[in-house]
Amino acid sequence: MRLDLDSVSVALGGRPALDHVSMTVHSGQFAALVGPNGSGKSTLLRTVYRARRPDSGTVRLDGHDLWSVPAARTARHIGVLMQEQHTGFEFTVAETVALGRTPHLGLFDRLTRADHEAIDEALHRTGLTAFTGRRVGELSGGERQRVLLARALAQQPRLLVLDEPTNHLDLRHQLDLLELVRDLDVTVLAALHSLDLAAAYADTAAVLQDGRLVACGPPADVLTPETIGEVFGVDATVHHDDGTARFVLRPRCVCPDACHWSCRTRRLSGVGADAD
Amino acid sequence: MTTALDERRASPVRHAVPYPVLLTALAAVLVVSALLATGVGPVGVPADEVARILLHHLGGGGDTGAAADLIVWRIRFPRVLLGAVVGAGLALAGAVVQGVVRNPVADPYLLGLSHGASVGAVLVLTTGAAVLGALTLPAAAFAGATAAMAVVLVMARHRGRLLPMRLILVGVAFGHLFAGLTSFMLARTDSSAAQQQIIFWMLGGLSGARWETLPVTATVVAAVAVLLMIRARRLNALVLGEEASAALGVNATRLRWYLLVLTTLLTGTVVAVSGGIGFVGLIVPHLARMLVGADHRRMLPVTALLGALFLLWADVAARILIAPAELPIGILTAFLGVPFFLLVMRARGLATQENA
Repeated sequence: MRLDLDSVSVALGGRPALDHVSMTVHSGQFAALVGPNGSGKSTLLRTVYRARRPDSGTVRLDGHDLWSVPAARTARHIGVLMQEQHTGFEFTVAETVALGRTPHLGLFDRLTRADHEAIDEALHRTGLTAFTGRRVGELSGGERQRVLLARALAQQPRLLVLDEPTNHLDLRHQLDLLELVRDLDVTVLAALHSLDLAAAYADTAAVLQDGRLVACGPPADVLTPETIGEVFGVDATVHHDDGTARFVLRPRCVCPDACHWSCRTRRLSGVGADAD
Repeated sequence: MTTALDERRASPVRHAVPYPVLLTALAAVLVVSALLATGVGPVGVPADEVARILLHHLGGGGDTGAAADLIVWRIRFPRVLLGAVVGAGLALAGAVVQGVVRNPVADPYLLGLSHGASVGAVLVLTTGAAVLGALTLPAAAFAGATAAMAVVLVMARHRGRLLPMRLILVGVAFGHLFAGLTSFMLARTDSSAAQQQIIFWMLGGLSGARWETLPVTATVVAAVAVLLMIRARRLNALVLGEEASAALGVNATRLRWYLLVLTTLLTGTVVAVSGGIGFVGLIVPHLARMLVGADHRRMLPVTALLGALFLLWADVAARILIAPAELPIGILTAFLGVPFFLLVMRARGLATQENA
């Protein structure tokens, strides 16, 4: 499923949160949104999973304006793993994941065999089969994140929207999640904090700054020391070895007396700023 | 993403009793309770006698003029039925409001409904208005409840959205305003008879049960219950929050409006005939969740049945504890409900985690 954003703008509290953002994610591709806090990543995602209508511009799924069809219909195609939300109630893992079938069900429909298969498949893929009767509130943060992923998978989406999906996950589960997502036959739009993960898993990296798209393309072309340094306000170096990129980030330090802790320690240990 | 560790943490079996069995059992207990409760009172009537009289009437037979016939058919049975209907209605309303505002301490009264109903009722009781005859009081209470809810909904709206915390804040604020208004009218009236009536109305009671008004109340409660059940799955999505609802194709604000209008109709209807019976809407949904979990498709029917049972027996207690006088049922629901709820809460470890 192809996703197009065409000059999408959103204002939040009178300030532009997204400023004429245009980008395309081709069918089956993984696009990573990268940018500092408040750069508009989540807002962009929200216009795609229909939590916020763009003030202007269009979001198109396979060429059709997303916001011109009923929400229940687009929800059949778009699965979302959003930042964790708490609930006061005690749904079980199975009940929560089953909710992923909601957009596929009419008001009077009961779960069919196909629905149950989708739910079981989602539980299996996320390794939650043994957790079905547990209450979500009793789980660890990482397990809860997997429940939310399972719910999104149970929707059988063709576009998966992920908002900081690796939050709350330990290193191993971060990799597991992204490997799993890449193995699915879906288009992915993910906001990622980790540049390493974006470089490793994304086909496209889109860099946002103050609601504007400042760079978009293959991670190797886009995630350059210059762009990262500019957008995040840090000193960045990129190491390439055996095909993967590693990012080393330091505070941008221009003062002569080394005001940052890391600059002082580096000087003391005799590491020059230009040693890389 | 499966690890060996995951596999070892097997899920506990949560529901010992199959759901259909539980539902059938509760319904059976309710029927038996209705028979027993109809027999209980200052004049005891054996259950078989109760059953015989009821069958006689349900078979189309008229009044026989016997004392037992009069007591059972004219006085107690409509009251028992009303208790069940009101209990089911209040409990359902509580369950839905808790889901809509995503707050486990919510009940139909949190949003200002009951205080609005009180204003309407007290207005009638203090002015002695009787434009609609015997229906004046329930009509005024219903109008007060719906007007209160309308004001709360309109004031809570923000840029086309209806958000839980705002609803609660606006509802609580208006609740205080209406309570103040009620106290003002109560303080200003010279008639001690009116004051007595007002206090009794605010504490609730089922002595107003009549065959003439029961069908309207029962029909509204049954119809709203069906409409709520149809939305039960969406209500589950709503509980997960605004964003999750959107992701599942559910328009949270529109669903909240729909459910709150239904709840208003439900609460307004039952408050109109029973006064301000508290606590049923707060505790019964929690009991239902403990029995069958949080999935509204399972818990709403159980909530309705438990609510009916609870209020039916609370009314029996109200009738016999200080017989021949009667305790306001609102006192009973608090006295029975609070300790029971606290016991269950401690036993089940409910709400022991921050945020969950």
